[in-house]
Amino acid sequence: MSAVFSPVRADAGNPSSTRSAAVLGAIWRRVLPWVVPILLLVLWQVATQSGWLSSRVLPQPLAVAKAAWHLARTGELWANVKISLWRAVVSFAVGGGLGLLLGLLSGTFRIVEILLDTTLQMIRNIPALALIPLVILWFGIEETSKIFLVAIGVFFPVYLNTFHGIRSVDKGLIEMAQSYGLSGWPLYRDVILPGALPAILVGVRFSLGLVWVLLIVAETISAQSGIGYMTMNAREFLQTDVVLVGILLYALLGKLADVVSRLLERYWLRWHPGYRH
Amino acid sequence: MQSNAIEQRHVDAATGARRGLRVAIEGVSKSFDGREVLKSIDLAMAPGEFVAIVGRSGCGKSTLLRLIAALETADRGRIAFGDGSRPPQTRIMFQDSRLLPWKRVLDNVRLGLPRKNGALQALQQVGLAERAREWPAVLSGGQRQRVALARALVHDPELLLLDEPLGALDALTRIEMQQLIESLWQARGFTALLVTHDVQEAIALADRVVLIEEGRITLDERIELARPRTRGSLAFARLEEHILSRVLKQSPSATSLDSALGDVSLLKTVNQFAWAI
Repeated sequence: MSAVFSPVRADAGNPSSTRSAAVLGAIWRRVLPWVVPILLLVLWQVATQSGWLSSRVLPQPLAVAKAAWHLARTGELWANVKISLWRAVVSFAVGGGLGLLLGLLSGTFRIVEILLDTTLQMIRNIPALALIPLVILWFGIEETSKIFLVAIGVFFPVYLNTFHGIRSVDKGLIEMAQSYGLSGWPLYRDVILPGALPAILVGVRFSLGLVWVLLIVAETISAQSGIGYMTMNAREFLQTDVVLVGILLYALLGKLADVVSRLLERYWLRWHPGYRH
Repeated sequence: MQSNAIEQRHVDAATGARRGLRVAIEGVSKSFDGREVLKSIDLAMAPGEFVAIVGRSGCGKSTLLRLIAALETADRGRIAFGDGSRPPQTRIMFQDSRLLPWKRVLDNVRLGLPRKNGALQALQQVGLAERAREWPAVLSGGQRQRVALARALVHDPELLLLDEPLGALDALTRIEMQQLIESLWQARGFTALLVTHDVQEAIALADRVVLIEEGRITLDERIELARPRTRGSLAFARLEEHILSRVLKQSPSATSLDSALGDVSLLKTVNQFAWAI
């Protein structure tokens, strides 16, 4: 890419042309990631319009856009997005928060690790989705069951990474800080926690990805609202376009979660050479 | 003239106007996993004295420093500081700078400091005041060690322990750092203990060079050279030769202090093996 523009940049005698080349380069970098999705979209439109693909299998992109527009107009879309988003946030807060807390505790205190780690490792190997029948028996199909299911799935990546993050903090730094008079909470705040943060954020990022995977399953199985419910409902009425709207919504929300975790990393790890941009 | 300078400093130390701490090590032993690393070490350091410990890798010199720093506890013997009435104000400089990568340079210097002022001044003394707002990751190795030195000195220690702090630096930066340490030591008058494998560095900086071999002190040489010491001088070279040959366990007859330059062929072999320690 830079090779394409280097002859233009080499024209240093004219400052305005180098500046416009730089602007072009910046725009090019913005556009490039979207070339493949747009190409796929065009291909999709062509394939469905020409009849290679039946609209039962895959509706036209335009039809999907229309369905989305219709759902947005009636307010159905927003209500479902809102409830799904709420579920995601609450279950992430509960599962991630517990994972962080227990991870910190068992990373810091050997006795907590001995007490909890074996149990947690056993539970970890149960797929969260295998609990669905039990969860429905316990909580019915109310909100609690979905939040419980997602929170369990989200708990482990945060727990494990926090635990390893705490354990892998550079011992030399801890020793140094102790010899400089730090102990207790100041030692934790200034040395141990920041040292574990890169690992903790890896766990958070992992969990944010899992939230949507688990939520869609939980919502398709037992729900009366949410994006998953919307898509399952549409399937019963053969509304392929609405199903696609739901799937695309998950993709968008997943991307949004990724952006959020990237922003967190960029802020909290701004000291880290690997995260500087 | 040179003895005058030394006497003057001893007078300063005796008046108590300076900040040096008396250190008395008596019969200290330490074992790791049944292997005796230090065998009944006795060492006394006068207030404001600069002592260098040299020896081969694994001879126990770093262990002795860590015992004095209270990072390890001795199996037998005792280490007394000053009149023993209060805990010593000790600071360590490690071989790796051990700066907290998530704290900016200035905040690293401030670590464990009860008051907020003085840190910038300490950075000024090591010539890095303009880098105060930067992350440690962008500094060079030498600059990081200068920050570590500022961090140690901002506490105004009575005893500064230097654990091969210049071992990882290039030759030029190392000489620069030696001069910086010497000038700050002369200005502040703290007691200093330098562990190093570089005999030249030990002679350039210390009042006394102590050799530890297999857990015992086998040489305690007072260096009576006037400061600032020029490495090229004949007396310097003779001393270096003398101590190096002791370290390498070669017969001292050919390189006794009385002979002019010693055997040139031996000098060559000593230099050839100098890297090993």
